[in-house]
Amino acid sequence: MPDVVVIGSGVVGAACAYYAARAGLTVTVVDRGPVAGGTTGAGEGNILVSDKGPGAELDLATLSARLWRDLAAEVAGGAERPFGDLVEYEPKGGLVVAETPGILNALTGLADRQRVHGVTAVAVPPEDLRAYEPHLAGGLAGGVHYPQDAQVQPMLAAAHLIRLSGARTRTGAEVTGLLRGAGGRVTGVRTARGDIPAGAVVNAAGTWAGEIAAFAGLTLPVLPRRGFILVTEPVPPLIRHKVYTAAYVAGVASDDAGLETSAVVEGTKAGTVLIGASRERVGFDRTVSLPVLARLAAQATALFPRLADVRVIRTYCGFRPYCPDHLPVIGADRRTPGLFHACGHEGAGIGLAPATGRLIAAAIGGAEPPVDPAPFLPGRFAA
Amino acid sequence: MRPYDLAVVGAGPAGLACAVAAGRAGLRVVLVDGGPRLGGQYYRHAPPSYRATRPGVLHHGWRTFAALAAALPALDVDVRLRHRVWAAETAPDGLRLHCLAGDREETPVTFPAARLVVATGAHDRVLPFPGWDLPGVLTAGGAQALLKGELVLAGRKVVVAGTGPFLLPVAAGLAAAGARVRGVFEAGRTAGLAAHPGILLAHPGKLAEAAGYGLTLAAHRVPYRGRHAVVAAHGNTALTSVTVAKVDAGWGPIPGTERMVPCDTLAVGYGFTPQLELALQLGCATRTDADGGHIVAVDARQATDVPGVYAAGESTGVGGAPLALVEGRIAGLAAAGRPAPARLLRLRARLREFARALHAAYPVRDGWRGWLRDDTVVCRCEEVPYARLREALALGAADARSVKLLARPGMGPCQGRMCGYAVGRLAGSPEGLGHRPIAQPIRLADLARFEGDPT
Repeated sequence: MPDVVVIGSGVVGAACAYYAARAGLTVTVVDRGPVAGGTTGAGEGNILVSDKGPGAELDLATLSARLWRDLAAEVAGGAERPFGDLVEYEPKGGLVVAETPGILNALTGLADRQRVHGVTAVAVPPEDLRAYEPHLAGGLAGGVHYPQDAQVQPMLAAAHLIRLSGARTRTGAEVTGLLRGAGGRVTGVRTARGDIPAGAVVNAAGTWAGEIAAFAGLTLPVLPRRGFILVTEPVPPLIRHKVYTAAYVAGVASDDAGLETSAVVEGTKAGTVLIGASRERVGFDRTVSLPVLARLAAQATALFPRLADVRVIRTYCGFRPYCPDHLPVIGADRRTPGLFHACGHEGAGIGLAPATGRLIAAAIGGAEPPVDPAPFLPGRFAA
Repeated sequence: MRPYDLAVVGAGPAGLACAVAAGRAGLRVVLVDGGPRLGGQYYRHAPPSYRATRPGVLHHGWRTFAALAAALPALDVDVRLRHRVWAAETAPDGLRLHCLAGDREETPVTFPAARLVVATGAHDRVLPFPGWDLPGVLTAGGAQALLKGELVLAGRKVVVAGTGPFLLPVAAGLAAAGARVRGVFEAGRTAGLAAHPGILLAHPGKLAEAAGYGLTLAAHRVPYRGRHAVVAAHGNTALTSVTVAKVDAGWGPIPGTERMVPCDTLAVGYGFTPQLELALQLGCATRTDADGGHIVAVDARQATDVPGVYAAGESTGVGGAPLALVEGRIAGLAAAGRPAPARLLRLRARLREFARALHAAYPVRDGWRGWLRDDTVVCRCEEVPYARLREALALGAADARSVKLLARPGMGPCQGRMCGYAVGRLAGSPEGLGHRPIAQPIRLADLARFEGDPT
């Protein structure tokens, strides 16, 4: 019997498995689909500190950015190359640009407050923007450079974290219920392929985490927010950083139910350019929305006019899991002993995964948490 | 633009028959195809500037094509060639077909229509093997397209390999046009349909057609070998020879039977994969065909489960041109609200039965995996070797999509049209990589024009 069973093999579940194993626990990971086939497989691989205002989530993000950097340098699990190579880790830095002096003011104000919390943020005057990004459009008011921002290929990151954890993986095993013991304690999971008893259960089911909580009679308000990404044909290196408009920061924290878009543009190691980001609350509808794709294209070409003649070859969408207060849910569910949650990371799951894994491992093992866990505890939703 | 009554995508046998039937029923039709001429793959032919004196000589059923093409001008059918469809969508007021017109200087064009018929056909199904990415190796359909469309022989010394009866017209066409065909190697049994004598007797036309190809091959002394496969191709910069091996019933090569066959061209085909992306974009339900692949599910009128959307031809199950013609006609009549004559429905049933028998007689067996080496390229666009696919499977990929996301097969320009079938088979998911929300590459500037929905 494993010490821990993790539900969900996305990057958050993978990081939970990894850090639980590092803490000496035995782990099994179950997923109804393949490894990282949900939101992780539909992401961009953002590791961002730049888009978070001061507060609990920023602390989690700075810790996570550091953990990713440490992980990237490790040569482990019999690999010939460092982990960072295997998962296409790129410490490329972020460049946030502002279209108007008013937006720039807000952006530099945010940067000032972020610096107090350990974020490196370098103000970039408009005349210096092209030293960072030679193909950027003219007429921008300025920007801020965030060297801690980075990128990974999210599916590879999840898959290799699970591999390194040594966890037993059961893909194609949908969880259909939770095993309960004395006093209602959660003692494992029931899956379509058999029961798995365990000392603790981690709910890392992402956008679908509410369904797992419901098996224990609990309410967990995790909801889907749809995001589309455009992928271009491979082109010679054109874009060096993760470049986005300051509007993205406002969009992340927004409560607007309608469509919001902001330009997020970056190159990848494969030569393709990834273009985001849209946010819509439309349930789990996968229907492609041409107006959304068009708006992403318009914003990207406005930011990088050179992209106008570059072709889009595919698009994909994912469902970012969000909570009403835009904070993830991490930690023990006091209403049900034995059950832990690690979900609701919205569009930041890749970036926040390692710190989440550390918090979960500490919570299960009774160790000192690496950051204050209180703001993320599931109890905040208890009626 | 005033909406058309019907938009037909694909001007091959199904689309042509559909447009003519709907036009004759009085509908205002737009017939869209990415190619430069009517006919699709099956009736592909040379441009008039080539002055081919007898354009039908390379084709079976040319008169049918000529009659359909000749019928179009008198009907209210707006023929739009060189229009590649990149997206199809349902809108509150009907359907919309988004195209890119032209070759180099492409222009976005949108056709609104009340109804739509997906007649997008199929493309060659290929299996990877060592050396298949060498110049000189092409698909059986590609070799035939060169001959039919450009009057160009793919090579002088040709080997034809794969499975299914389509290998015969390809080899016969090449031999008749002057190529030295070194052999036709069928991985299944050459007498695949002999196990279904009733089917053959019920389709004397098919039997005669096959006999015709057999005579051509015999006249050119082309050997036709069953249970033989090309398991490797060789050459430094271009193809110089292939390894042919005898295979067992599961397509595993039998050790000691390998021999080298010198050639400059290999035409290889393992059947066809229907092009489903537009139907999938529109949200049409699919089902599993007799060969294990996914096809659009249609009812007796060729209607899909999406209101106003019909499908005909290979997208509803690979069955060849005669079946596509019949399905196209039924779809065109249905779109016009007319019932199909009972005779046509009976013919469709018979041809579908024949198609099912072919699928049963020429399955793709798993032994081909034994032809792969670690360094055999599976996805040519992204240069993904077999070893990387195996790594992805070991990392927990369990379907074609997760293999694609972990190892990149199918992420390149062809979007998995070439490798999707093999990746699907290796990953154990029959749907392959057929889901393409953007069916054709489109410039960001052109995509941006749809902002605010200008159509």
